[in-house]
Amino acid sequence: MKRREFLLHGAAATAALGAGSAILPRLAAAAPIDPMDPAVSRDLAMRALEAARAAGASYADVRISGNRSQALGTRERQILFFNDAESTGFGVRVIVNGAWGFAASREVSADEVVRVARQAVAQGRANSAARQRPLELAPVDAVPNGRWSSPLETDPFNVPIEEKVDLLLRANAEALKVNGARFVTSSMNFLRIDKTFASTDGSYIEQTLYRSYPQMNITAVGEGGDFQSRASTDVAPRAMGYEHVRQANLPGNAGRWAEEAVRKLTAKPVEPGRYDLVLLPTHLWLTIHESIAHPTELDRIMGFEANYAGTSFISPIADFLGKFRYGRDFMNIQGERSTPGGLSSIGWDDEGVKPDEYLIVKNGILNDLQTTREQAPMLADWYRQTGKPVRSHGNSYAQNWNVVQFQRMPNVNLLPHPTRDVPLDELIGGVENGILIDGDGSFSIDQQRYNAQFGGQVFKEIRNGRIVGDLKDVAYQMRTPEFWNGMDLIGGQSTYFIGGSFFDGKGQPSQVNAVSHGCPAARFRGVNVINTGRRA
Amino acid sequence: MAEPRYLSRADAEALAQKVLSFTTADEARVNLNSSTTGNTRWAMNQVSTSGDSYDATVTVTAAFGKKVASATTNRFDDEGLRQVVQTAERLARLVPEDPEYLGELGPQQYVQSEPYFDATANLTPEERARAIMQIAGPAARQNLVSTGFLVHSTGSNAVATKRGLFAYARSTGVSLTSTVRTPDGTGSGWAGGGENDWARLNAAALGERAIRKAELSRNPRAVEPGEWTVILEPTAVANMVNLMAFALNARTADEGRSFFSKQGGGNKLGEKFLDERVTIISDPADPRIAANPFGNEGLPNRRQVWVENGTLRNLAYNRFWAQRSNREPTGNPGTYLMSGGDTSVEQMIRSTERGLLVTRMWYIRPVDPRTILFTGLTRDGTFLVENGRITTAVKNLRWNESPIFLLNNIEAMSEPVRVSASEDGDGGAVMVPAIKARDFTFTSLSDAV
Repeated sequence: MKRREFLLHGAAATAALGAGSAILPRLAAAAPIDPMDPAVSRDLAMRALEAARAAGASYADVRISGNRSQALGTRERQILFFNDAESTGFGVRVIVNGAWGFAASREVSADEVVRVARQAVAQGRANSAARQRPLELAPVDAVPNGRWSSPLETDPFNVPIEEKVDLLLRANAEALKVNGARFVTSSMNFLRIDKTFASTDGSYIEQTLYRSYPQMNITAVGEGGDFQSRASTDVAPRAMGYEHVRQANLPGNAGRWAEEAVRKLTAKPVEPGRYDLVLLPTHLWLTIHESIAHPTELDRIMGFEANYAGTSFISPIADFLGKFRYGRDFMNIQGERSTPGGLSSIGWDDEGVKPDEYLIVKNGILNDLQTTREQAPMLADWYRQTGKPVRSHGNSYAQNWNVVQFQRMPNVNLLPHPTRDVPLDELIGGVENGILIDGDGSFSIDQQRYNAQFGGQVFKEIRNGRIVGDLKDVAYQMRTPEFWNGMDLIGGQSTYFIGGSFFDGKGQPSQVNAVSHGCPAARFRGVNVINTGRRA
Repeated sequence: MAEPRYLSRADAEALAQKVLSFTTADEARVNLNSSTTGNTRWAMNQVSTSGDSYDATVTVTAAFGKKVASATTNRFDDEGLRQVVQTAERLARLVPEDPEYLGELGPQQYVQSEPYFDATANLTPEERARAIMQIAGPAARQNLVSTGFLVHSTGSNAVATKRGLFAYARSTGVSLTSTVRTPDGTGSGWAGGGENDWARLNAAALGERAIRKAELSRNPRAVEPGEWTVILEPTAVANMVNLMAFALNARTADEGRSFFSKQGGGNKLGEKFLDERVTIISDPADPRIAANPFGNEGLPNRRQVWVENGTLRNLAYNRFWAQRSNREPTGNPGTYLMSGGDTSVEQMIRSTERGLLVTRMWYIRPVDPRTILFTGLTRDGTFLVENGRITTAVKNLRWNESPIFLLNNIEAMSEPVRVSASEDGDGGAVMVPAIKARDFTFTSLSDAV
């Protein structure tokens, strides 16, 4: 039986095909179908859209996706876990009477897509009773046959398991060679997402995304109950294949990370006070993420996240767009979803919008905000004023088939110095009394993104333009506007690095997405530093 | 939501046996999880998004000797089930031996616990929308802006092993949280709750609490950071005590990399390290904090006393570390009950000359594991208490503090209550009191409302 033919027969007729399905009539999937088979998914998608329309939806989209993940972890000389997982299903989103409805199921079959589409419509109808204003969506170009894949050299799921395990255990062994390094964990995470999107606006898009994330953490234990750790934060997660793991070279770097963990045991505890900071991009990406990327999400600004991730200091919008000085003239913050290897890079977002490249901060001034189709019309006045079309920037995302898509950040990058390649030495050279921070560590920021506290991995004391020794127990506290306006010099392209988060949380129900942030090193004046080494 | 779907005991047992019949491994375990979830989210006094979803997964753990690996799928057709078994077995043959693998468990005895309530399982989108309007309606009428989230789930999980173990439990859970803001952006109030039984959540009362706090928190004034006497409402207490509960790990303590490590080796079991009024237990059979009676391996979750009158009585031991330490494995029940006192929050306020009343904490992240030092901020209702009464709302503050210090500085406690203790509003079963404590460390001010 061909797949399409099977689908047309529906689940009920085929339930008997699977041995044992008689005792599990409601649980067995219809049959061994591959929902990512283009013919199958197109057929299912069209059925879902038709069912939604027939039930009263004025708009509908459907996402069918299959996620494959693999996670392996080790400690010292042994494996901790090796898990391989797959998850397949679909979600239907509709607008009914101006309100959203959404329903999802793991059972990818012809009957179930129709049932779930009707359930989503019923959901939307229930919600419309508690809706005061109808939804308005920004226009989108139909993409009838879209296809996009993450750039990939080596599929991580085809790499022999022995090779992966061997790499991690070799890295652990290298770390444990360092005197004082007592504990080490290492891991690899891989993800492949195959997703199909179709909407009543005429789009049908297939995409395949890959992500890879190798990591290590080394703990040194000293005298008197002290212990210190160093994580491999100069290896960022990437939307790449296994080539990223090979390039990351954990075995080659493990000894250095272990030595840095051991050195922290005898490092000088920082004296609290005001310091100039030179922040390496391995650290700065997270500060950008928290204090620029999140507060420029329009759903936060409008109050959609007020009960969880919070709102934003950027409010009311009219007082900020085109007026608010985030930083000096050389500060440019870009949103994009096209950088090869960027975790947020895609061909189309989860509403079928082709993302564009835009400047969130232009020459130091707030210039634009992150949007979806529902949100772009909220900025219509600003776009009219600046001669831009009212269109979504393509920032819609759902972590999986079982949750509704909503606004998530694109890759948000701090661009390097616009006119010259400022080297790291020049940033350090201009500091009399300061600290260089390498790697991201502890992080926390308030619900409007003003007050933040950041730790790090490695801290170097700078005196009179030179690094003079190691520090520990360092964290800086900042207020976003003053902090960024205190950035007096930014590094050039040669200091640029793409950091990122594999697990960035937002939304209710909470969803994680992965996002990259490229940035150069940068220098900040007069930042408040605290000592975190309180004793019990 | 239509009738919630999840694996019944009979379905789970049949499915587990079928999967096990496919295995050729020396040892095998099957974990089955299934649930139907429904949620409605609202903002600006109207529903923003919502969704109903059904998913089920089967995880197979296969072992050849001490070579172990797992694979998971949500495809339950025969091909999908055979494939997941084959994947787990293929991986297990390839990975190195795990010297700590103790094999799978045989049949076990479990306490009775089934935190399942029809009122939660049968909650419909219409009822969710009506509940939300009990908050959004009054908020809108008072010219306030309410947002929030109502989520419920109905599901089951089961464990079966090739050695004859089969365990099954089903449960329901629901949480409702709301943040109400003043339209000028100068005030914000929060209230929330989590239960297994929807009938125990009172949406209107919860909304009223958030509304009252929002009104009270308008135009906050700045106070100096430093060491403050605090009155932490139960949610804020749980935000802190969670941090210590998660750190109660025997292995990291024994290995010298935990607050619970003893200088010179070993751990602090038997040491008094908190105020003697503090007792913390887990008990999956207690209906107030009911939890799954077994863990992922099928190990029974039983009543555990972690802290008794301020003394460390137990740490979390997995099977391997328990065997090595000659102790009983404890599992990680994930729910707990902390002792309290008989002082109400109102009495705490009346007895306070100068202090801060805190509703909840936000963006809590680790700073130093040596002292379980975390940082975070107050949020959605922080008030100055002077001469026995609330005198004004204050700006939020960043704290750098450890639950160890907090639970050593207790001045008074209320009766424990169940709270929604997670930052995203979807919490486990946690019961804690409100606490009045001295010398809580705030390190800076936040302008965030």
